[in-house]
Amino acid sequence: MNRQRFGWAPYALLLPSLAYLAVFFAAPMVQAFGLAFQDDGGNWSLASWRAMFTDAQFREALVTTLILIVIIIPVQFALALAMALVLNAKPRWPGLWLYLYAIPLGVSELAAGILWFAVFTQQGWLNSILEGLGLLDRPFIFLDYENQGWLILTIVLAEAWRATSIIMIILVAGLQGIPRDYVEAADVFGATFGQKVRRVILPLLRPSIQVALILRTILAFQAFAVVIALAGQGMTVLSAEAYRWYSDYRDPHVAAAYAGFILLLSVFSTVLFLWLLPVRQEQAT
Amino acid sequence: MSGAVEARPVVAAPRTDIAPTAARQARARRHKIGRALLHVAAVALALWVLFPIYLITITAFSPRDVVYDYPKRVIPNQFSAETMDFFVNSTGVLGALWNSVVVAVTTLVLSTLIGAPAGYALARFAFRGRDAYRLMVLSTRAFPIVILSIPLAVSFIDWGIYDTVWSVALMHTALAMPFTILITSSIFLGVPKDLEEAALTLGCTPLTAFVRVVLPLALPGLAAASIFTFVLSWNEVFAAVILTLRERTLPALVLSALNESPAPFRFAAAWFMMAPSLVIIFVIRRYLLGLWGRVSR
Repeated sequence: MNRQRFGWAPYALLLPSLAYLAVFFAAPMVQAFGLAFQDDGGNWSLASWRAMFTDAQFREALVTTLILIVIIIPVQFALALAMALVLNAKPRWPGLWLYLYAIPLGVSELAAGILWFAVFTQQGWLNSILEGLGLLDRPFIFLDYENQGWLILTIVLAEAWRATSIIMIILVAGLQGIPRDYVEAADVFGATFGQKVRRVILPLLRPSIQVALILRTILAFQAFAVVIALAGQGMTVLSAEAYRWYSDYRDPHVAAAYAGFILLLSVFSTVLFLWLLPVRQEQAT
Repeated sequence: MSGAVEARPVVAAPRTDIAPTAARQARARRHKIGRALLHVAAVALALWVLFPIYLITITAFSPRDVVYDYPKRVIPNQFSAETMDFFVNSTGVLGALWNSVVVAVTTLVLSTLIGAPAGYALARFAFRGRDAYRLMVLSTRAFPIVILSIPLAVSFIDWGIYDTVWSVALMHTALAMPFTILITSSIFLGVPKDLEEAALTLGCTPLTAFVRVVLPLALPGLAAASIFTFVLSWNEVFAAVILTLRERTLPALVLSALNESPAPFRFAAAWFMMAPSLVIIFVIRRYLLGLWGRVSR
């Protein structure tokens, strides 16, 4: 019925959004590659890419970005799974726990970075508490650029605090889609908690896990305010370099090359997750 | 075949009828311990989220000299609005706060006005190109914000709107739009089609059927989605700091001044940027699973 009476209606409804995304999403995307592959005179050149690859900060930024992702994502998943399993086990006041676990969903990277800076800074909360407990005699310097291990650990904690919520929400929504019968069947056969999680719940959660992995990894490639807030100049990541090249060096070409490089990594990781965690069609819905 | 049929009663039987009392008591005890452990875990995870929020809150509401104190007191002995007052009245903060609100509201209005009709079309009409459009919207998620900001900055300079709240709002709308389209489509799918068709057969035009029947039913979900769009824009910092120089939004101002700003300024700023989340997530908590759960499929 709808189709005959309003043949043109869906297209009219789509048109504004299509036009908007064409102007403010597709066009800049193409322009980004134009910027990255052209010099100031508009000639095609690889100079920006060469400048990026030979940039003294490039290697460090790439390595730090990758290290952070490789550590942060598993930590976030373990934490999110714990939260999701707690919520799924029907505790008392389920709405309260969901709300509390979801609060960081609305907290920005920058605010979370400063919040954890307050914890880890030399005269911060962690040192105060450790001294109060008699575990330290004088403040320990966590945020020192000569101590990259501590810097990475603090950034991992800040990101695990902030961005676990989104994974938790996706996993809880996925858990709700698992029929109770499956878990009850495992109960009947005497499965332990660990067996239920590994053999029943995780395999059935695979579509949600895949989506959460892709989403989180793409966002993790863009994280930069949390790094600036915690490490200042002491550590750099790829998107911080894109920002630095645009704002400090006034060179949109190299900045666009950095952005293009991040895009390539994002697409590569998406393809990698689709390939590593294939989701069968009947699971996908 | 017979194995599977027989296995069930053999294992299941002791559970119900002929279990000795001792075994049943042991199971009940184990169940109780399990429930207790569950709640211990629930509380521990909640503390992990709440404790840092508590610490930044008592920092932001200490007098300024107490912010510098060391060691700090986990249970504060004095409260004061001095630190917050200092932050709010620092140069540029009120202007940036106003800019943030203008950008977030503009983003909310633009992305809802442009995105919601598309969501409605996806939910209600079967038309050629529907799947392709949906796929296109989904795939925008693979593209990082970083890559949009730099060419848009160059374009906005050409168009003469660089360093205005409008340039940031246009950019944030582009980021929020795919989200809005997918969310609104799932919200409209949740409104029974029968009701709309009943209204049409009873003589409503498509527009009045939408306004009088569909919209009231979809409104709570739409409101939750818009609030989330607001949060998205309120929190976004990369595009905001690239697209502005003087007309900063609040996160852009705080980020660009981070290295020069004193500790009380930073901590008050972090609390100020974080606080809306406590309220907003509470308001939309019933919709969270629907919003993100559905979008993730």
